[in-house]
Amino acid sequence: MSEKKIRVLIAKPGLDGHDRGAKVVARALRDAGFEVIYTGLRQTPEQIVEAAVSEDVDAVGLSLLSGAHNYLFPRVIELLREQDANGILVFGGGVIPEEDIPDLKKAGVAEVFTPGTPTAETVDFLRAHCGGGE
Amino acid sequence: MRQDFDDLLTKGRAGDKRAVARLISAIEQGGEESRSLLTQLWPHTGQARIFGITGPPGAGKSTLTNALTKCWRASGLRVGIIAVDPTSPFTGGAILGDRVRMGDLTLDKGVFIRSMGTRGQLGGLSPASAGAVHVLDACGYDLILLETVGVGQSEVAVMETADLVLVLNVPGLGDDVQAIKAGILEIGDLFAVNKADRPGADRTANELRAMLELGEEEKRSLPVLLVSASQGTGIAELCAALDTQYQCLDESGELAKRRSLRLRSELLTLVREGIEQHLLQPLLDSPAFQQSLQQFQSRKESPYLWAAEFVTQIKIGGSGCELHKS
Repeated sequence: MSEKKIRVLIAKPGLDGHDRGAKVVARALRDAGFEVIYTGLRQTPEQIVEAAVSEDVDAVGLSLLSGAHNYLFPRVIELLREQDANGILVFGGGVIPEEDIPDLKKAGVAEVFTPGTPTAETVDFLRAHCGGGE
Repeated sequence: MRQDFDDLLTKGRAGDKRAVARLISAIEQGGEESRSLLTQLWPHTGQARIFGITGPPGAGKSTLTNALTKCWRASGLRVGIIAVDPTSPFTGGAILGDRVRMGDLTLDKGVFIRSMGTRGQLGGLSPASAGAVHVLDACGYDLILLETVGVGQSEVAVMETADLVLVLNVPGLGDDVQAIKAGILEIGDLFAVNKADRPGADRTANELRAMLELGEEEKRSLPVLLVSASQGTGIAELCAALDTQYQCLDESGELAKRRSLRLRSELLTLVREGIEQHLLQPLLDSPAFQQSLQQFQSRKESPYLWAAEFVTQIKIGGSGCELHKS
């Protein structure tokens, strides 16, 4: 039996069109040996969750620079729960004010990586939390 | 575990995408469990039509898959999509980006999309894509689209998994000598030129037509369709042409022939895997084999003779290892 490969969905919820950060993270995860499913811009939480479920990913990374994270991140988590897919880890990145992070974590976001985070940190975090699969 | 698969299969057949997704993951994981799952699926398969879409990187395969799927959904068919993108030969990682062009389909209950990496397999597909097709077939998807990686000239594995192959081309990639080369252009049951709004599309289509006219008789009358997947032009015609072509293959007996060849090749792969695991691996691990390697290296023994004797040992009922116990 082969070692289970870590699969991560990288998604851009909401309306901002700045995907440089998402692509940098996607590329770093690829270089770390992960399978990264990239879904493109302007996805609704419903689309993201549906894709995460069909792709049977270990984690969903949400990148957001518009300021709507306090609504969109918890909404994704809520929909994952509805689909009985709360085993999927959700992490976030982008321009997220420090003071918002505790509430996001309370809502179930596993970690938030703000600008300047070395990509290796994200890779290590995912390895630690998704490694070995289920 | 068997009980779990039963449950997932029942849910998958009822349209639960999470169940379908988990079944495909079990297949991707490989090993004993995947074999036992495939055995359970087997009686339910053989119903779906399996169409392959192949062509160079950036030709618009995903955009076309999106457009064609909407066309089939309009006629009520449930569509399963397996989209393959390349895995890095260095890190084993992959960016699977085919969904970027299929956002319209994500929320459709009658469409299931799964992205796969090639995971070291050459030929344009993934090691688990045939198994994933069986899952979708068993779960009642009427039509399964298998989108290959962006291919060059010789990635032809899709013809061994699909009933029918659409080769997608785009203008500006080469002259008419490209069109007479062996390889990918030989496996098409239907050809389309995408980005028909770009200059040179007519010429590319004409070169393909000329190529077909020189070829096998049954392909001479094939249409080469001009489409623009992003603008939606020519899609209804292509959809109809694919249906017609499928009918033709079915009526001529070619479809049955292909399906039987496919079974044969799947079976041979399984047997080869078994032989490798049970006969070759123990041999490779044995110290005797290491010694023989040194003998070959110093030219004291012939590997050709050795290999022939190994096979003879197996034929008379041994495991082959007896050869070097003496």
